[in-house]
Amino acid sequence: MTPDPARGYALAALTGDLKIPAAKSATIRSLVEKRMDAELFAMSYDYVGDMAETVALIWTDVNYSPPKFTEVVEELQKSNKASAAIALEKWMDRLDTTGRWALLKLATGGLRVGVSARLAKMALAQEFEASVDEVEEIWHSIEPPYDDLFRWLEGSGEKPNYALGAGFRPVMLANPLEEGLLSQLDPLSYVAEWKWDGIRVQAISRDGKKKLYTRTGEDIGYSFPDILNSLDFDAVIDGELLIRDQKSNKLQEAAPFSTLQKRLGRKRPSTKIISEMPAFIRAYDLLFEGEEDLRGFAFEDRRKRLEIWAKNAPSTIDISATIPFKTWQELSKIRSEARETGIEGLMLKRKSSFYLPGRPKNQWYKWKREPLTLDLVLMYAQRGHGRRSSYYSDFTLGAWSDAETLVPVCKAYSGYTDKELVKIDKWVREHTNDRFGPVRSVTPGLVLEIAFDAAQYSKRHKSGVALRFPRIKRLRWDKPISEAETLQHVKSLIQEPQS
Amino acid sequence: MQGIKFDWLKSCPEGLYCQPADCFIDPARAVPRALITHGHADHARPGHEKVLATKETLKIMKVRYPSDLAQHQQLNFGEKIRIGEVTVWLAPAGHILGSAQVVMEYQGQRAVVSGDYKRQADPTAIPFEPITCDLFVTEATFALPVFRHPKPESQLEKLLSSLQAFPERPHLLGVYGLGKCQRILLLLRDLGFDAPIYLHGALVGLTELYRSMGFDFGNLLPVQGVAKSDLSSALVLAPPSATIDRWSRRFTDPRIGIASGWMQVRGRARQRRAEIPLIISDHADWDDLLRTCNETQAETVWITHGREDALAYELGKRGQKAIPLRLSGRQEESE
Ligand SMILES: [Zn+2]
Ligand SMILES: [Zn+2]
Repeated sequence: MTPDPARGYALAALTGDLKIPAAKSATIRSLVEKRMDAELFAMSYDYVGDMAETVALIWTDVNYSPPKFTEVVEELQKSNKASAAIALEKWMDRLDTTGRWALLKLATGGLRVGVSARLAKMALAQEFEASVDEVEEIWHSIEPPYDDLFRWLEGSGEKPNYALGAGFRPVMLANPLEEGLLSQLDPLSYVAEWKWDGIRVQAISRDGKKKLYTRTGEDIGYSFPDILNSLDFDAVIDGELLIRDQKSNKLQEAAPFSTLQKRLGRKRPSTKIISEMPAFIRAYDLLFEGEEDLRGFAFEDRRKRLEIWAKNAPSTIDISATIPFKTWQELSKIRSEARETGIEGLMLKRKSSFYLPGRPKNQWYKWKREPLTLDLVLMYAQRGHGRRSSYYSDFTLGAWSDAETLVPVCKAYSGYTDKELVKIDKWVREHTNDRFGPVRSVTPGLVLEIAFDAAQYSKRHKSGVALRFPRIKRLRWDKPISEAETLQHVKSLIQEPQS
Repeated sequence: MQGIKFDWLKSCPEGLYCQPADCFIDPARAVPRALITHGHADHARPGHEKVLATKETLKIMKVRYPSDLAQHQQLNFGEKIRIGEVTVWLAPAGHILGSAQVVMEYQGQRAVVSGDYKRQADPTAIPFEPITCDLFVTEATFALPVFRHPKPESQLEKLLSSLQAFPERPHLLGVYGLGKCQRILLLLRDLGFDAPIYLHGALVGLTELYRSMGFDFGNLLPVQGVAKSDLSSALVLAPPSATIDRWSRRFTDPRIGIASGWMQVRGRARQRRAEIPLIISDHADWDDLLRTCNETQAETVWITHGREDALAYELGKRGQKAIPLRLSGRQEESE
């Protein structure tokens, strides 16, 4: 392994936790324009499309003697705009194309690659035979170059103290309820709750720090200042983030997921947006109260503590009600009758379950509502990625807007078996009528049955509708395309008012 | 851009036309008399009445267009002939086997049409010779300062180390079938890679032609008919498009490489799904284009295809009169 502290910085660069505010894209551009014709640079940038890459390629090799990674990070971290520019220029002369690219990406924060944060932590855990959950748990209370983390992993130091911090704690997740499993479970050992259709969050308020994390540990506090400001307690709460439905007169009513989506992407929402779409948390669990770690208690006991705690909770937090039932049959009936928006299905939680990170077996189950289905017509097919790159595996499906016109309503790229994929791929190749890059347009002729969770209005598709979580359920070779659904029917499945 | 004249050489819809010789160079359509710089499809087309080219280019054209009825005339490098009132001879272009620059002399002026060319060494091609002239016609495929081709050996080392790191996975390398394929085969052998190399069917014919001219590629095997299990750790050369097409399904979990000058740009490598992008090109890079235009001492430079604007701009700054021709029928080099 790379020696300290380089390995820590490298890790931070990959996970996106290395912050170097001084170096900006404009700084880099000014460096290169000092050395070459601005017009030629512009033509090159126009072609390549990425500032760091263009500069890395265009810079002339001078004298290859690469600087130490640690030296680069530490000097950049303490530099201002002007000194960062000087340092970068000096190092660029000492690197080759790849080195310059890495340096510029590092300096501008572009080394981070989406999924890699979790992967990097997994690799780290594997390397030291530690559990990734433990690493994850500590992660948010430590800083690059993570000396204390490495000392602990190597066995030469104490585990960094996270219990008091406002760091993210790994979340406990449910397994899908397999068909036939219910008959083996004792209804008396389980608590049932609604599975709300928002996003799972962890709300933390400790030591004067307030945090709102998604279930993957992403900090989304900046999008929800209304929630963040209201966290006036000392606890860690697990719950569902929802938007209060303004149109309903029942105060506990949640708006459909599409309303929440409108707030999720927004970095700093205006007061108008906050008042039109106020957020709240429906609490499922209490993980810490003060310094007390409740995760080792049984769910039943945590639930009692949660109910007591909630009496003094801020108005932005209510608790997810439990559903009384005696038999599975009775619960099944309740489930199938629930058609309100905002409910995704049921959760079954074993009364004796501890709060365990990940998806432990036999503890919690999600029992989703029966999906809705539609028969739609295949319109376009696109090549997949990675293992699937030689197959047409991403499909755009349409419904009839009138007797002759199909309009796209969803894109589906899962649900089929390998065998079915081969068959669809073959069909696509035989029925292609046009190509646009990786996309083939096909002559309508194949109907696919699509399962999905909800229909909603959308501006993305010309049809004005979109389906949530569409997946291919069956290939309907037998069905003539004239019998596929109409757009009117698809719209009738939407439960929200048009905004 | 019709009507640009160097008195006796002009740019027409069919291609470059030399009036006093009544002959086209690399025409895009069938013409009575054609001078062909090299065998790539965008330069050598079928259907002409008479074709003048190097021996190697003529052989390549025969393999590519077996039923073409053109009357072939062979011209060796340096051998001067008269066509009409023009003295014509060929000089090596270093691009692929048999590739030539066409030199034309008329009334005390000399024009050189270079076709495609490169300055890097290539075991399959005679090195480029700069010829001083009044008019130099150049390509501009990689005419941007971001294109600087590294040594091909350094690129192939990447492939060899991947073969070592993933001995249980087949490696598919996408290469252009004429020139690139054979250059890489020879370089791999030079680097000491002596295991059998498998070839996609589309590469077999031309490689056989090279072999018949004396090139020794060692043990080559066709992929056709080989069991999937026997290809599990093979190195396979294929046309670039085949590496992600249905053909590639006969390999289990392959690592995909592409050898092309375009691999310099990450976005391009991603587009071709190349895990192992090898920057190996049969075209001149930015520095070599500028160096070559300078060495010809030409007063005027015409630019045929590629990134004309950047090259015209830079040559203009350096005092050469540069004019983009925007010849039709030339897409981006699929090299
Ligand atoms: Zn060529
Ligand atoms: Zn060409």
